[in-house]
Amino acid sequence: MEKTPAIELKNITKTFGAKVIANKNVCLTANHGEILSILGENGSGKTTLMNMISGIYFPDEGQIFINGEEVMIASPKDAFAYKIGMIHQHFKLVDVFSATENIVLGLKEKGKFNLKAAEQKVEEICHKYGFEVDLKKKIYTMSVSEKQTVEIIKVLYRGADILILDEPTAVLTPQETQKLFAVLRRMRDDGKCIIIITHKLHEVLSLSDRVSVLRKGEYVGTVNTCETTESQLTEMMVGKKMELNIDRSEPKNMEDRLEVQHISCVNRQGATVLDDVSFTARSGEILGIAGIAGSGQRELLEAIAGLQYLTQGDIYYHNPKTGETDDLRNKTPLQIRELGVRLSFVPEDRLGMGLVGNMDIVDNMMLRSYRKGKSAFLERKKPKDLAEKIIADLEVVTPGADTPVRRLSGGNVQKVLVGREIASSPTVLMAAYPVRGLDINSSYLIYNLLNQQKEKGVAVIFVGEDLDVLLELCDRIMVIGSGRITGMVDARTATKEEIGLLMTKTASVEESAEGGSDNG
Amino acid sequence: MADMVKKTKEPLLHIAKRDDITGLKAWLIRIAAIAIGLLLSGVISALLTGASFFEVYEIMFTGVFGRIFEGKTTMLWRFLQQTAILLCLALGVTPAFKMRFWNCGAEGQALIGGLAAMVCMMKIGNAVPYPVLLLIIVVASLAAGALWGLIPALFHAQYRTNETLFTLMMNYVATQIVAYYVVYTTAGDGSGIIKPVATGNLPVLLGEKYLLNVLVVLMLTVAVFIYLKYSKHGYEIAVVGESQNTARYVGINVKKVIIRTMVISGAVCAVAGMLMVAGTDHSINTNTIGGQGFTAIMISWLGQFNPFIMAAMSGLVTFLETGAAKVADSFFLNSSYADIVSGIVILFVVGCEFFIRYTVKFRHNKKGGNA
Repeated sequence: MEKTPAIELKNITKTFGAKVIANKNVCLTANHGEILSILGENGSGKTTLMNMISGIYFPDEGQIFINGEEVMIASPKDAFAYKIGMIHQHFKLVDVFSATENIVLGLKEKGKFNLKAAEQKVEEICHKYGFEVDLKKKIYTMSVSEKQTVEIIKVLYRGADILILDEPTAVLTPQETQKLFAVLRRMRDDGKCIIIITHKLHEVLSLSDRVSVLRKGEYVGTVNTCETTESQLTEMMVGKKMELNIDRSEPKNMEDRLEVQHISCVNRQGATVLDDVSFTARSGEILGIAGIAGSGQRELLEAIAGLQYLTQGDIYYHNPKTGETDDLRNKTPLQIRELGVRLSFVPEDRLGMGLVGNMDIVDNMMLRSYRKGKSAFLERKKPKDLAEKIIADLEVVTPGADTPVRRLSGGNVQKVLVGREIASSPTVLMAAYPVRGLDINSSYLIYNLLNQQKEKGVAVIFVGEDLDVLLELCDRIMVIGSGRITGMVDARTATKEEIGLLMTKTASVEESAEGGSDNG
Repeated sequence: MADMVKKTKEPLLHIAKRDDITGLKAWLIRIAAIAIGLLLSGVISALLTGASFFEVYEIMFTGVFGRIFEGKTTMLWRFLQQTAILLCLALGVTPAFKMRFWNCGAEGQALIGGLAAMVCMMKIGNAVPYPVLLLIIVVASLAAGALWGLIPALFHAQYRTNETLFTLMMNYVATQIVAYYVVYTTAGDGSGIIKPVATGNLPVLLGEKYLLNVLVVLMLTVAVFIYLKYSKHGYEIAVVGESQNTARYVGINVKKVIIRTMVISGAVCAVAGMLMVAGTDHSINTNTIGGQGFTAIMISWLGQFNPFIMAAMSGLVTFLETGAAKVADSFFLNSSYADIVSGIVILFVVGCEFFIRYTVKFRHNKKGGNA
């Protein structure tokens, strides 16, 4: 099939303020009947670029051509007129509406609105590309993957020829990812132009026809997927050669450190978020926790940290210094500390829980230690030394120790947080999604820090989303699904598919119990 | 359809955030804003009164400071007194505001503190030695204000009640209690006005009636600054205010901090009431605080919760209010005139923050722009 350019970008530049150059002289072309990957690290300007195509931002400079004609896209409405549809990372759906209602929402059609006809048209689209979704289902009862499907059908219904997907697989299990890819391939074969934004290399290689790479807002180049390798793409992304291996040592001197027994807890709405969870974390090993986002990972770590009220169960901590065992059940974080439990916690919400965004690095260092001493006044000397040490050791890019942490980039914020948590020489270190939003360099720095802690004999608990990383970094992986432990596997022998099946285990059991399984 | 789209122009101006402004430049913008505000209200005044621009400001200045250049300081002291009371109330609400607890009850907390002082002066004025009486007055006042802060804090911590409404309502309760007390004590003569009481008055320093008040508030200013910036309590207040999740995460007892801070907040507001009753009026009525408790909320915000900037803002607002009232008097304008003048200046002070945080960019005309 002859490939014609669907969209061409020429010298696109976009800046935010004086300092932030999100895109600089970006040129790229996407053809009909092709899947183009836009690859780049976080902050390399991928999403900004796509937002300009879909009319959310307006470029400072440069030209956009659709089917060979220069166009000016000033609003999402203009983008629709050019048959461009974007599927954002955060879905834009009305929760209490059904799938069909969401799909037809906001369209101005002449005459009386005919839901029946609309439904028929939507069904045709589903049939054509092989979408599996119950169109009468309300959005709030849907899984993330179903919501994404609705978003894709929505743009197709509006006649999109150019589809842009922003990190579509971030929230999907491996099985759901395969389904999505199959659908995308079918759309490509139908002549549509598909652009996916991603930073996952293996997806790029398995799905796309061509790859365009961005680095720090600049266009690096485009390669044909069949002629490239993972290491070449990494080099283009990062700008230098990188070894993407995590050094996993054999666990030494393992002792039971934290014993979680039959804990359950409910959320504010009264729904069970943890259901009879039991496991043991051992010193000198990294215990990974895998699961679909929102399956109870956050509540589990918060329960251990003393931030969730448990309806049942116990958490035992074996103190290596005294040899005593303490029950941490329903103790406050302060009580836990006073027991001599050295528990460090890198929460998922860095600026909303781990740090105070408007405070500078020094004051954030004090969060853990400010109570020390009897004086009513603060002692800022030691936190200042610690801040400067972390800035130097972890190569934090900041104008100084007195810069508010919210001004730092995501990777540097995380370095500050992890640095502080490690500085208190913990015996248990919990980290929830510690590399989310970080560039490759920072991610590997964090992995190394976790490995160092493991070698020091710390019991590390790592909640991750990238199964490849979990398999490379951890010693054991515990899989959690809908608040229940669905399996514990050896990370050295397990496969991604195995974990993926465990992730959806409880869900599929429930579905078949209702007799409405469509997973075949 | 494509034709329609092609006509779309680049927007005329757009607003961009700026993160890089220097402290000096920000302060220059703020000072310029105050200057423009004063200039504009001067021009409006000149138009309204027919007097010249300079005449208006001369009346304003002498209205506030009196004939200060001739060595007469009475008016100056009155200005300092008003500024001090306003600042004291602002200092009171600031710890709560830093905690994002919107204490709108300064008026009531001060009034109830003043009432406690009044009751002590009247009931035990002659029963105990003067130093003991003073001590009792101070303790009773602070305790009453603290209680007025504690009640909304307890309900907020325990039942998540809305603190803004609760503290506002507490103002009415305090006003009604004071009204009742006034009627009750004046029932004999039926005048409805409590005559100044001679016992339990705060000492007069160096023969200057307002000096003690000003000194007390000055010390409070420094104390609140240190408390918020260098004490562990102040740090906890800041953490709770920024993010209760972070506070819980590091083991801060959020409820305890809320309650403790509101007790302090109420007590500091009560100082203003005590200074007014025991130090200035030696009497009380429902208008003793006169709405300054609400102006104090604005002062706290204008001063960005920094006690020293708040002191400057209290001075500015007091100057505008008294000065404009004098201008209104001189030209037979009604009392709204003072509100207009101070409103204009404050609008500029608040509005300039926008230009400190954002910059406005105009469309650059170049080819393809079709401007």
